[in-house]
Amino acid sequence: MGGLAQWSWTLDGWIIVAGMLCAAATALLGNFLVLRKMSMLGDAITHAILPGLAAAFLISDSRSSLPMFVGAVIAGILTALFTEWIRGFGKVDEGASMGVVFTSLFALGLVMIVQAADRVDLDPGCVLYGAIELTPADTVLIAGWEIPRVVFVLSIVLLINLLFVILFLKELKLSSFDPALATTTGFNATFIHYALMTLVAITAVASFEAVGNILVVAMFVVPPAAAYMLTDRLGVMLILSVLLAMFSAIIGHISAITVPYWFGFQSTSTAGMMAVAAGLLFIIAALFSPRHGVVIVFLRRQFLAWQILADDIVALMYRIEERDPELRPDAFYLRDILFSRPLPTSLTLGYLVRHSQLVHANGTYTLTDTGRDRARQLVRSHRLWEHYLVEHAGMSTETIHRQAEQLEHFTDRELRDRLNADTLDTDQDPHGRPIPPEEHAP
Amino acid sequence: MSLSARMLILLLMLSPGPVLLAAEGKSIQTQRSITDRSIEWPAWEDWRRVFFMQDYNTRVVILGTTLLGMSAGMIGSFALLRKRALMGDALSHATLPGIAIAFIIGSTLGLNGKSLPLLLTGAAISGLLGIAGILMIRNLTRLKEDAALGIVLSVFFGAGIALLNIVQQMQTGHAAGLESFIYGKTASMIASDAWLIGGAGLSCVLVALLLYKELTLLCFDEGFADSRGFPVVLLDTLLMGLVVIVTIIGLQAVGLILMISLLVIPPAAARFWTEKMLWLTVVAVVLGALSGMIGSGMSAIFPNLPSGAMIVLVATAMFLFSMIFGVPRGILVRKYRRYELNTKVNRQHLLRGLYEYLEAHQQLPIGVTDSAPPVSLSALEQLRSWSLPALKKIIRSAQDERLVTLLSDNRVQLTLSGLKEAARVVHEHRLWELYLITYADVASSKVDQDADAIEHVLEPEVIAELESLLVRQSTEGILQSPHDIDLPQSLSAPTFRRTN
Repeated sequence: MGGLAQWSWTLDGWIIVAGMLCAAATALLGNFLVLRKMSMLGDAITHAILPGLAAAFLISDSRSSLPMFVGAVIAGILTALFTEWIRGFGKVDEGASMGVVFTSLFALGLVMIVQAADRVDLDPGCVLYGAIELTPADTVLIAGWEIPRVVFVLSIVLLINLLFVILFLKELKLSSFDPALATTTGFNATFIHYALMTLVAITAVASFEAVGNILVVAMFVVPPAAAYMLTDRLGVMLILSVLLAMFSAIIGHISAITVPYWFGFQSTSTAGMMAVAAGLLFIIAALFSPRHGVVIVFLRRQFLAWQILADDIVALMYRIEERDPELRPDAFYLRDILFSRPLPTSLTLGYLVRHSQLVHANGTYTLTDTGRDRARQLVRSHRLWEHYLVEHAGMSTETIHRQAEQLEHFTDRELRDRLNADTLDTDQDPHGRPIPPEEHAP
Repeated sequence: MSLSARMLILLLMLSPGPVLLAAEGKSIQTQRSITDRSIEWPAWEDWRRVFFMQDYNTRVVILGTTLLGMSAGMIGSFALLRKRALMGDALSHATLPGIAIAFIIGSTLGLNGKSLPLLLTGAAISGLLGIAGILMIRNLTRLKEDAALGIVLSVFFGAGIALLNIVQQMQTGHAAGLESFIYGKTASMIASDAWLIGGAGLSCVLVALLLYKELTLLCFDEGFADSRGFPVVLLDTLLMGLVVIVTIIGLQAVGLILMISLLVIPPAAARFWTEKMLWLTVVAVVLGALSGMIGSGMSAIFPNLPSGAMIVLVATAMFLFSMIFGVPRGILVRKYRRYELNTKVNRQHLLRGLYEYLEAHQQLPIGVTDSAPPVSLSALEQLRSWSLPALKKIIRSAQDERLVTLLSDNRVQLTLSGLKEAARVVHEHRLWELYLITYADVASSKVDQDADAIEHVLEPEVIAELESLLVRQSTEGILQSPHDIDLPQSLSAPTFRRTN
């Protein structure tokens, strides 16, 4: 029997809605935490609100929601404040000051709670798991609809966060990317900072109560980080992160109720699986993002390396023809000069032969006309650059070769023409070698 | 984990609701104690017993936490300087799935799922995977360290929770108590735990001591270490491995979150007392040991105080004390030094102002014993953007040093020693200006400001070097100013304009 067989819209539906709302609200603010390199703040705040809860309980002597909520939010804001103070006044590194603050507050909270309840062995774990599974059990009546209280609260939080981000998008952007400029252009970067911190605390507390801290910490960091891998634009990043967060909430819950059944267990922690789902989405984004993905970047580098090797081979063949037309180089000879490894060299040679830039016969290689054209342009670029570097950049003839070697691969026709104009149409490079003409002489 | 704790937390976590209502029945016993907040002052006998560690249990716990504090202080020092303070946080969370998987594998194979070596192995493997994840995210993507930590922490912890949830449904093993292993209960520490902590902690300390030079170099200048052929990546991984081991042995003693504090707080506190790596580790080890000792001691005396949390709060108190009173890097010392410097700078500005005013009006005394003519406050006030009260304060401080005299008609007169000091200050200012013009290509119209900022902190050796560098210009006593002195027009005497 699979977990989905027990699917119920009133239960699972509401759990997923609560997860999505929490994920969206946290991910939205998380973008700015990631951009400001404060990703750990969510974790710190969710741990540090314990004394706030305890203090609210001790002061109000009640278990009602509101004082607890206020106490927790105040503790959350204090975490951000104290971290900032210790960093500023004490000149302690940001990570360390955060570590000092939240662990201290957490310890203080433990002591306070134990004081409140005599001789209770306290397990911090159960504070942290949260209980998103209990979402449907606690409902409120809103406009005739019976909806879970958690869903109601999280909708309001999401709405506030959305308003904040939309209203202050420009300020948030500027103060995240360039706080110094933000301050000099006149608006108050400090205000934005603390407004953001307050909202982070409120969001953390509201979600924490509903879904546990794992999900909060995960959604603050993981979807924005994934979105950051996918785009360079802040607006796109915001939207992507929210979509990814909501998507991971859906997959998370579905896998929480299905995957354990495959191994003969019952369902597992939804919040935990939502975090895992977000992690998987992050891995996919980090590996396969079209611009910044690890795989794509690696492949792009490989292709570039091969292309440069191909360039080097034809250019070397051209130079060999130029100096010693009788010499018929083989693969070993080429490798010896280019210091290249066997496999990439033979692959590249094969590629060049297939694209009829080289002819392979009796183990030796010769340039075709196409290949010679390509090689001539490269050698021309190289020697033009050498000339330019000596004439205009004041470099000595001994050092220019390496520089020109790099530049030649990225020089197109237009740039060559400009270089040519700059070098007054000379036909010799600084080493005394002829600069080949642009077009093949008939 | 006790049931009543869960009840309490659920209660504290607010709100009516069916589930919480179900808890209501059991919570009634704890109801009275919730409102009972008195701490009973322990009898002398209790103090004596703890102080002389007469109980076996107390002895074990205090010894264990002290050793833990020492090793965490040592390893934490390196982690702190490497700016890896929160690494312990991420790592301790990352150990969770490993513990759960080790338990699942162990009990599926029919072993004792809760055997300590098995769980610790699982924890270490998953911690190392966490490190690998952090390093890969940091090195291969465009995300920074903080995001890498946050991602690994939350995803691993989420996976751990999901796995633990499954563990609890297992028929084969007896999972109860697994969580208390993770969250730790210091008070129930037994001798073998203390030995484990001591053994593992000491080996970590030993490794750190053997590689002291290499690790120090790694912390301060990774690039240099790399260029000198040190295996940087290996050392880095080793350091992280040490953090993992210390974290894991600490899990049981003080719990997941509080363990981080032992790695972070003592070294951060020690940082206020020293600039030297060796002293940093020594002070951090001492502070860590003291936190463990005092914290668990207090917890033993006052039964109401949980030991893990008390250890952390003792460490926090030491941190706050160090941050405020630490020498040479504490807040008070830095404030005092800044105040001293400000006073000195202001005094020198006053002297230079007086001297240059007299010079501009050609009223400088010729002979050594002649006294300088007094200058009115209002003239002085226009030299710089001084407010009258600020100026008066500066004059008073200079008067205390017997450099100037404030005459009754609101005029200021340089004393003989004041005149000498003023001449020296002006000389140094101009030396520096000349240096900036000659060697740093600063425009002579701008040079005054630049010199102004820097002249007060020049060491005598620098002055001597400047003198020898610029010896041509400095043959005739006080240097001439290399630029027009910008006195307010109304004050300049017609003879003032110089033409050099």
